[in-house]
Amino acid sequence: MSERVTTTRSATASPAEKRRRRSLVTTYLTPKRSIPGRTIVILGILGFVVIIAIWTLIALLTYNPDYTHDYEQLVPRPDTVAVAWADMVLHLGFLGDVGWSTFRIVAGFALAAVVAVPLGLLMGSFEIVRAFFQPPINAIRYMPASAFIPLLILLQGLGENEKLTIIWIGVFFQLVLMVMDIAHRVPEEMLNVAYTLGASRWTVFRKVFLPATFPEVVDALRITMGWAWTYLIVAELVAAQAGIGNFILVAQRFFRADRIIAAIITIGILGMITDSLFAFYHRWAFPYVEKVHA
Amino acid sequence: MSEIRLVEVAMRYTTRQGQVQALERISVTVPDGQFACIVGPSGCGKSTLLMVAAGLVEPTEGEVLVDGSPTSQPGADRGMVFQSYSLYPWLSVRRNIEFGLEMKKTPKADRERRSNELIRLMKLDGFADAYPKALSGGMKQRAAIARALANDPQVLLMDEPFGALDAQTRQIMQEMLTDIWQRYRKTVLFVTHDIEEAIFLGDVIYVMTNRPGRIRTTLQVDLPRPRTFEMVSSPQFAGLRNQVVGIIHEESLKAVESELARPA
Repeated sequence: MSERVTTTRSATASPAEKRRRRSLVTTYLTPKRSIPGRTIVILGILGFVVIIAIWTLIALLTYNPDYTHDYEQLVPRPDTVAVAWADMVLHLGFLGDVGWSTFRIVAGFALAAVVAVPLGLLMGSFEIVRAFFQPPINAIRYMPASAFIPLLILLQGLGENEKLTIIWIGVFFQLVLMVMDIAHRVPEEMLNVAYTLGASRWTVFRKVFLPATFPEVVDALRITMGWAWTYLIVAELVAAQAGIGNFILVAQRFFRADRIIAAIITIGILGMITDSLFAFYHRWAFPYVEKVHA
Repeated sequence: MSEIRLVEVAMRYTTRQGQVQALERISVTVPDGQFACIVGPSGCGKSTLLMVAAGLVEPTEGEVLVDGSPTSQPGADRGMVFQSYSLYPWLSVRRNIEFGLEMKKTPKADRERRSNELIRLMKLDGFADAYPKALSGGMKQRAAIARALANDPQVLLMDEPFGALDAQTRQIMQEMLTDIWQRYRKTVLFVTHDIEEAIFLGDVIYVMTNRPGRIRTTLQVDLPRPRTFEMVSSPQFAGLRNQVVGIIHEESLKAVESELARPA
């Protein structure tokens, strides 16, 4: 008898318990509701832990005992990759490759931005500029930057110019259209107010239109900078004397998966650093922007 | 003297469906120091009329005269307040208010004196150095009004300035605006769809018809000045309101009917 009572109790939860469970569901599974900050941090770390765990699992499952060294494994363990990274930095001059890649990306990206931002602003504000530039840019945008590599090698050889041009092509055509949209979205009333306050057209452009676009332009730069890395590595993979892409290619020839993975992770970290630099600059330069999300 | 006259202003657009007559020969004269309100159903073109008055839109026919001289460009003589506040988010409240004075290259000391006065008057004390994002809707619109007034325009054009505010804030804003008007006696052309707002604020009300927009009736508001909140419940107020409501109702019905009659 008493046994029966306890079983029914454990099977059907008490109303208070049910309520608590429901509140857990509403806390975590209501669309768009924010969850506690600590949970966000824990989940973020957990994401990494799970990836590394799966990686380790695959490494152990594919382990081939015929090889003498760990680094010969086709799927090396995370710690093997960490050792490889230290070796690359200390003995293989990997930081030099990182330096080359960083130089190329900064130069190529800057050259693209210097043209794309002003042109995009003009296209977004003057119909006459847009009508001329938009159709060809729209068409070229769908031609993959990497497809230009053979042509550029023919035209420019294997030097730095070819690398910078590829990044330029990859960034410019995307960025210019993004900036155009930003410029186009500046509310007309913002400009109209300035006219009724006695501003000339040039003043409205300089004092209202340009500042109104700045925060979003920096956002667009941040996004396209991420894409620039892709084009750079592709360019370096095809032909380069130095750079992370070149390092990866050499590592592949020597069957060094550990070094390839270490190099890829390095790119990821570099990307995260540039991204947070942009985010930091955005917060510093535009404290007045209303935050859309945290 | 600061008078604005719209003379035989007409507005036509060409769309894919053909020509649309938005405004049909509208003439409005707002004499010096008058608070004129334009009321009408939505889509009647009252905002367009105000844009024409500001010089931001060129009319198909007719002209705008400020103190007798024709204008076709926007300028500091006609300040404008929009429904969407349109404060510059990157400028502090003070710099927003001083924007027009900066255009005129007014010395810093004069600018500050002027903005201080308006900040106090518009009850924005303590927010002078804040960015607009820190302000509530009502405060934003007060800052926008202060920005227009700082310039000391001859005519103040207001396009549904309180349209985005909640009912309570709206009422407070109307009271503040009528107090401000009492002080500066600006020539105002005020567009709204809120009938009570028009009666409370205006000396004269122009009731517009549905498209093509025309002035259907002109009503004098004989409520004494300065206006106070208590007047809203007076019989005189109620009488005016019923009159305007009747006309607008008729016009809105026409609008619905013409929409139904139009083939899709």
